[in-house]
Amino acid sequence: MSTQPAQPGTIFSPTLAARFDRLVTLYPVKRSALVPMLLYAQDEIGYVSDAVIAEVAARIGITELDVRNVVSYYSLLRTKPAGKYHVQVCTNISCMLRGGNEILDHCKKKLGIPNKGVTPDGVFSLEEVECIGACSWGPAAQVNYAFHENLTPESMDQVLADYRAKAQNGGGK
Amino acid sequence: MADVTFTVDGKKLTAPAGTLLIEACRAHGIEIPAFCYYPGLSLQAACRMCVVRIEKVPKLQTACTTPVAEGMVVTTESPEIAQARKATIELLLGNHPLDCPVCDAGGECELQDMTFKYGAHESKFADIKNHRDEQQWSPVVFFDRPRCILCYRCVRVCGEGMDVWALGIQNRGSGSVIAPNQQDHLDCEECGMCIDICPVGALTSGAYRYKTRPWEMSHVGTVCTHCADGCKTTLGVRRASDGMEIVRGDNRDKSGINGDFLCIKGRYAFDFANRDDRLTKPLLRQPNGEFKPVPWDEAIEFAGKRLREIRDSRGGSSIGVIGSNRTTNEEAYLLQKFARTVLGTNNIDHHRTADYPAFAAALAGISDASLRDFASAKAVLLLGNDPTEQHPGLAWQLRTGVRLRGLHLYVANHQNIKLRRQAAAFLQIREGDYAPLIAYLAGNDSALDGNGEAKAFREAIRAEESLLIVFGAEFRGRDIEALVQFGSSLPSVKFACLGDYANSRGAADMGLYPDLLPGYIPITASAQFAQEYGPSLPSQPGLDLLQMFDAARRGELAALYIVGSNPVARYNLDPAALRNTFIIAQDLFLTETARLADVVFPAANLYEKSGTVTNTFGDLQLVRKAADRAGARTDFELIVRLAAAMGANVKQLVPFEHRGVRADMGQARGAQSGEADRHGVWLAAHHLEPKLSPFDPFAILDEMQRLIPAYNVPRLDLLVGNDQHSRSGPASGLVQIQTAAARRDLVLPSSDTLFTSGTLGRYSSTLSSVLESREPAETAAD
Ligand code: SF4
Ligand code: SF4
Ligand code: SF4
Ligand code: FES
Ligand code: FES
Repeated sequence: MSTQPAQPGTIFSPTLAARFDRLVTLYPVKRSALVPMLLYAQDEIGYVSDAVIAEVAARIGITELDVRNVVSYYSLLRTKPAGKYHVQVCTNISCMLRGGNEILDHCKKKLGIPNKGVTPDGVFSLEEVECIGACSWGPAAQVNYAFHENLTPESMDQVLADYRAKAQNGGGK
Repeated sequence: MADVTFTVDGKKLTAPAGTLLIEACRAHGIEIPAFCYYPGLSLQAACRMCVVRIEKVPKLQTACTTPVAEGMVVTTESPEIAQARKATIELLLGNHPLDCPVCDAGGECELQDMTFKYGAHESKFADIKNHRDEQQWSPVVFFDRPRCILCYRCVRVCGEGMDVWALGIQNRGSGSVIAPNQQDHLDCEECGMCIDICPVGALTSGAYRYKTRPWEMSHVGTVCTHCADGCKTTLGVRRASDGMEIVRGDNRDKSGINGDFLCIKGRYAFDFANRDDRLTKPLLRQPNGEFKPVPWDEAIEFAGKRLREIRDSRGGSSIGVIGSNRTTNEEAYLLQKFARTVLGTNNIDHHRTADYPAFAAALAGISDASLRDFASAKAVLLLGNDPTEQHPGLAWQLRTGVRLRGLHLYVANHQNIKLRRQAAAFLQIREGDYAPLIAYLAGNDSALDGNGEAKAFREAIRAEESLLIVFGAEFRGRDIEALVQFGSSLPSVKFACLGDYANSRGAADMGLYPDLLPGYIPITASAQFAQEYGPSLPSQPGLDLLQMFDAARRGELAALYIVGSNPVARYNLDPAALRNTFIIAQDLFLTETARLADVVFPAANLYEKSGTVTNTFGDLQLVRKAADRAGARTDFELIVRLAAAMGANVKQLVPFEHRGVRADMGQARGAQSGEADRHGVWLAAHHLEPKLSPFDPFAILDEMQRLIPAYNVPRLDLLVGNDQHSRSGPASGLVQIQTAAARRDLVLPSSDTLFTSGTLGRYSSTLSSVLESREPAETAAD
């Protein structure tokens, strides 16, 4: 993507700010850009902060309350920082039948954090989620945007180890 | 739309096509329960209480979203429907505390009623209820989450109705919760509409919560004492140790011009009446300069004697009278009659908030608009003023008109007022450009040079078939004349002039002017009045308010009688100016003005008396006595007693024994606290038959209606509480012969906001606490 000149008064990167400028023009009503904007913002900032809410509201021309109403509706939008790698373990019916709960418990033990917790070093966060659409290969987990399927406690260990190594090498998301 | 015929519970009904089934049924007396449906708000279909069986439709349908159709056959009550409603309630009660015995809404709760009716008080849910502590969101609004049944009425009325959008819904499913706009508190107009409309006890008000139960109050419908819109308010009163105290105000019965709307002032700012620092004993200044509480007789005798001495030695022209914007018409009328015939002076004035005389003169035959006209108007042109702040009732009407009836609202203002959001066209002009604007609208193209949007604005207005023009105090004298002249060139037009207080219009109509008699009759053309009042009527115009102060400074104003007014604060008057004037002040509180007085009479407020008031649109309404404070007397009674103490002929002042006087014989008086007795005692002491009291404001209504034909509205309608538009036009009344330009412009707009109401507003703890709660936020924003 081409680099954009910095926009004054925005908390977002020039690229994202430019993307938002365009996004609000794409729909018959500006408000329709709300959820995509929040998702992009969350990816960049790490979570939907108060500053994100304020800027998104201003860009769309709705109240902050309106934005909060939507943010609180979707569990995939979070208002607190997550770890660098956000581990989402599915425990919905297909995964559950194939050991999803065990994978979740295993992660809790291994990472030493409860559901929705963040490790002290900020590398991992953990969340129990509903179906992520990988039912045929359950139990499944999603780390940021990458899928990991047919998990066992052992393969889960490997997944976590790989991410930890990536983090130590200063790797990206 | 064409009518359709359909059958409900075996009855054949008709209604216009498109009518919602629930409304069509209600119109025919068939009640369908509903939590989320509320007339005038968008449809939500959230609660499923209104389900009915419609033939040939497989499932139960929500009557609140189904329009009636030709041949539709509907059942509204059956075992199946009852079962469905019961199940709905059971789900609602899943996490509801059912704490009716301590809940604020107990006894008038829609959920309680439905639970009684459908019997779902036993629950199959075994889970522990999820309790949340109540939260205070503002000085006015409290929220008890477990009681909320998520009907979203509050969210909709705040957004759609108020255009404030301060309430939202967060989370989803059973975790959904109503949330305020500032996360843990509200930043809003504090109107209390959300509280009023909440079917349960989830939203409660700081004013009323946990103070009493609905069945412990008496409910009296009267008129709000604050702004000049004249909203009807039903006051809930209950006995207190020193009279009847007001515990709440609402208009749930939608009986007035305002429907169920009230702003914070009408709904909560009655609290000044209950304050401990109300004056309840007459005060007499002692030689050492201090006030001493004295018995009524002593105070009245003293004041009457002094006034008489001053009148007899220095003449009536050395006495001044200042009237009120909040007393009844009868009181204002009586005050000017007292000034003119007993004191013998035309030195009478009041704090003018709009140029009503110029308006009356300019109208000459064109009718002015009732507030009711706004409910059916097709197009409205709003010039100046900020109704959201100064006329919340009118603002509500305008918003509702735009939202529900497609009203075309045109706004021209020098500020970005909130109502521009509803405007079909908004024209921003410079502060001094109101007169040029009218010239421009009337066709002078060069009058508004450089305003690029003015042309389209003018064309849009001229294209309207009928127009209601409403203007603020930016317009006075000649400008009003020019405006009315321009308006008359349009096909069908009505006008409204915006003044500030509950009876500002009445004070003007009743002749609280040095140069105008009631009905805007110039003092120099007073033949008819001289006939009624006798020869004592002085024929020269008196001093206006500012001239009175000047006279006082020169030592030429020997006495000043001030009724329900605080000119010292309002006009920033140097107290030294009144040093040599004998002052009688009549008020609720020891105001800046009362503090300078020699005699202070504790007065009753508008909620503690009967009579009539006129809103700024000329709608005449009955005020009914709701509350009572031991020690305070109505201004009417005080004027009569003062006149009696001066040795005046009371029968001449108040023709209470006049042949043909039709009065209400006391039923409008209210007799909660031995008041009838007081009347009786006074009458007996004066050897009068206890038939009709001179303290009865209705005793003077005949005379008023005779002299001011505009007020000659059907008495019966008035007494039952219907608002009556006073009739204008030369044949029937409000005529003014003098041209507006010849008079001095003394209009001083009070520029009140939603949270202020002149001196009276400062004594409302609700208004003060809202202002206080906003202070930090406002300084931060600066
Ligand atoms: S008090 Fe009025 S403005 Fe405030 S939240 Fe309730 S409805 Fe909205
Ligand atoms: S607070 Fe009252 S009005 Fe608002 S959603 Fe809950 S029950 Fe309905
Ligand atoms: S709009 Fe005016 S009359 Fe109505 S409640 Fe508010 S202050 Fe009272
Ligand atoms: S159930 Fe786990 S991915 Fe669908
Ligand atoms: S009233 Fe019809 S669904 Fe609530």
